[in-house]
Amino acid sequence: MPEMLSLSNDPVLFLSLMLAKILAVFIVVVLIVAYATYAERKIIGRMQTRLGPTMTGWFGLLQPIADGLKLFFKEDIIPAQASKLAFVLAPVMIMVPAFITIAVIPFGGDITVFGYTTTLQIADLNIGILYILAMAGLGVYGIVLAGWSSNNKYSLLGGVRSAAQVVSYELAAGMSIVAVLMLSETLSLRGIVAAQSGSVLNWYIFSQPLAFCLFVITSLAEINRTPFDLPEAETELVSGFCTEYSSMKYALFFMAEYANMIVVSAITATLFLGGPAGPFAGPINLLLKIFFFMFLFIWIRATFPRVRYDQLMFMGWKVFLPLALLNIVITGAVVVFL
Amino acid sequence: MSQAVVAKLKSVFAASVLEVKEHRGEMTVTVKKEDIVAICQFLKDEAGYNFLCDLCGVDYLGQQPRFMVVYNLYNITTKERLRVKVPVAEEDAAVDTVSTVWTTANWPERECWDLMGISFNNHPDLRRILMPADWVGYPLRKDYPLQGPDRETYQGRLS
Amino acid sequence: MAKKETMTINMGPQHPSTHGVLQLVLELDGEIVVDAVPHIGFLHRGVEKLAENRSYHRALPLTDRLDYLAPMSNNLGYVLAVEKLLGITELIPERAKVVRVMMAEITRIKSHLVWLATHALDIGAMTVFLYCFREREQIMDMYENISGARMTSNYFRVGGLSLDLPEGFEADVLSFINDMPGHLETYEGLLTGNKIWQKRTIGVAKIGGEDAIDIGLTGPVLRASGVDWDLRRDNPYSGYEDYDFKVITRDGCDTFDRYKNRLDEMRESCKIIHQALDKLQPGPIMADVPSVCLPAKKDVANSIEGLIHHFKIITEGFKPEPGEIYQGIEAPKGELGFYLISDGSANPFRMKIRPPSFVNLQALPQMVRGKMLADVVAAIGTLDIVLGEIDR
Repeated sequence: MPEMLSLSNDPVLFLSLMLAKILAVFIVVVLIVAYATYAERKIIGRMQTRLGPTMTGWFGLLQPIADGLKLFFKEDIIPAQASKLAFVLAPVMIMVPAFITIAVIPFGGDITVFGYTTTLQIADLNIGILYILAMAGLGVYGIVLAGWSSNNKYSLLGGVRSAAQVVSYELAAGMSIVAVLMLSETLSLRGIVAAQSGSVLNWYIFSQPLAFCLFVITSLAEINRTPFDLPEAETELVSGFCTEYSSMKYALFFMAEYANMIVVSAITATLFLGGPAGPFAGPINLLLKIFFFMFLFIWIRATFPRVRYDQLMFMGWKVFLPLALLNIVITGAVVVFL
Repeated sequence: MSQAVVAKLKSVFAASVLEVKEHRGEMTVTVKKEDIVAICQFLKDEAGYNFLCDLCGVDYLGQQPRFMVVYNLYNITTKERLRVKVPVAEEDAAVDTVSTVWTTANWPERECWDLMGISFNNHPDLRRILMPADWVGYPLRKDYPLQGPDRETYQGRLS
Repeated sequence: MAKKETMTINMGPQHPSTHGVLQLVLELDGEIVVDAVPHIGFLHRGVEKLAENRSYHRALPLTDRLDYLAPMSNNLGYVLAVEKLLGITELIPERAKVVRVMMAEITRIKSHLVWLATHALDIGAMTVFLYCFREREQIMDMYENISGARMTSNYFRVGGLSLDLPEGFEADVLSFINDMPGHLETYEGLLTGNKIWQKRTIGVAKIGGEDAIDIGLTGPVLRASGVDWDLRRDNPYSGYEDYDFKVITRDGCDTFDRYKNRLDEMRESCKIIHQALDKLQPGPIMADVPSVCLPAKKDVANSIEGLIHHFKIITEGFKPEPGEIYQGIEAPKGELGFYLISDGSANPFRMKIRPPSFVNLQALPQMVRGKMLADVVAAIGTLDIVLGEIDR
């Protein structure tokens, strides 16, 4: 049985393989982010009986590249009264947690390379879930910083709204994950995927349907998507916390939103749908599941109106959190007595 | 039916009613401006004219008195209309506000002040509504040029 | 004891959800609105003063631009007012009256579609916006077919219509109103049962019946507060007394009831248009009053008398007797009133327009005091204001 590759066996191979994995994952995620914008416009367009982008390239496929180029060449405006350092730092603080969460998502099983075994995962932390929750919490700082540093009442309102929203819903999301942990008895994502291996019926979506629903809904709130997109509610606050941003920084905000969508889809697939398990090769399965969830999120955006702020708070604290706690109690009872 | 109302009005406010006219099936009563609030209150409470459709000012340049404030009233129950007019002289272009009788009079009176220059006593918030706050002049008056104050009069035909 | 400060926020005049150039200065205490002060006048074009310098015929296109989402309604109000001033209301031919009713109801559907689209978009449901505008495209095509312009139709004339209905128009209208109830079911399916929509609209922007009459609300807003008043039934004009339609009232006084009211009004409009299509008979489209009404186009083009007749009416205009009238009609947004004073000359001495949105907007501060910021947007949407008519 080949050994597990690590820094002590063959550091050069380890580091180069690590770099290869990071590069591959990063490129794939950035491509998906870019074409997620295209997919959203096309899908929402079709649902609204219109076509979406068709002019740039065949079927409008070059649209994301055109958008990227446009945003790159736009004039970069920083408001005179804004706090410059915080203003520039804010988009970065939103992007980074979104991307580094991908580091713990397992893409497939073990593969053998040059006589050593390595797993298709950038870093197999044995506290994977805790890492994900922590990074999700960091994302709030970017939004609040963006809202405050713009020196604009609308942005401030948007930033404050978002902070309260993410904090409230993170609790419910975390609690629904705890129920999954009780079943898998490990925090490492590789372990959770392994606990769901075997047959499709082992997937946690069947043993934890309530946790699945709660997690999907609360994740929508955490990534500021409709019906919880108050922080960027276009018709109320113009553009919310990103009103004053232009050019590349604005692009970063939207890349971060789609990257968050991908991360949430990946986590849901890993926790509830068995991650890389399925009929095709590991990474392909995971990608299919990610695409399915992204389609679901886009579909929800086309259909539902926006929830009002106080109703959002009410739902987060008085409906979802008690449901998540109830779920934990029931799971605990089942685990202990069965 | 509005004839009955007008007769009742004439009997209660005999001194204030200046003229009663009927044209194309509509009754118009011209009253003195001092009693307008009392008359409106009477019409609302006793005669049931609970809806003020419209309040506007008219500029009869060259006549004395120059202005007329017109109240178009409507009775929702009997579906009848009535018009009350109040002559206002140019020197003393002020009328008591009827926003205490019908709250809806607030903005139309502001518009009358803004465009005609007829001020309303005891109005809760008398300021310009359609023109900018620092505008000078009253645009809807007949002696105000159609093209605005700073331009030469247009010599051709208007359309 | 710390003093609570309120934040003053300015919404507009350029804002995605104020319907037009409306400026709202909001005083917020956190998310609660302490006061909302509307500022208007950004679209003031002096329509009333312009009308005083034109003859009655030439002032007609000015009325198109008032409520630009329901142009034929404004035209109807104005021509009815001038006809009342002239005293020729009895002489309008039957065909003209039926076509006027039909176009007024189509205009009502058009205006309500825009209301639904923008109201839903403000609350976040983007898809309904595109569906409503797809229906509206069909109506715009009908407008273009009948009058030549998609929006500012200028179709009615004093004494009747300007042109007769084109070929195939009735078939277009019939197919449109046969499809309309199905489309309304689609919108209802997306919105009415949706819990989020209900939470955003039930109990929002309430105003009771007595307050509504006092502040001067009219139209669907008033009828959703329980007051049973519709000028088409109570003071009928243009033959409305011969049509069978329901006047919808609801008691809830809130945004959800106004939403349901307007959807039901669209259904009633479809019924009225059906009845109008059945009543349509061939006949003259212009009253036979030579001093006022324009001659038919073929006479103008082919005979010298027609040409002179047309020339005299257009250049000199007709001179009504001195007097004054007020004509109110049930426009889609409420009671649209025209107060015309004639001094015996060819130009109106005074034309005062009573816009429904102007008076309805007065109720906004009352409706949103003490409510949240998101409700302000819902309240503006539910009042269905259009700045063209507020500012004139």
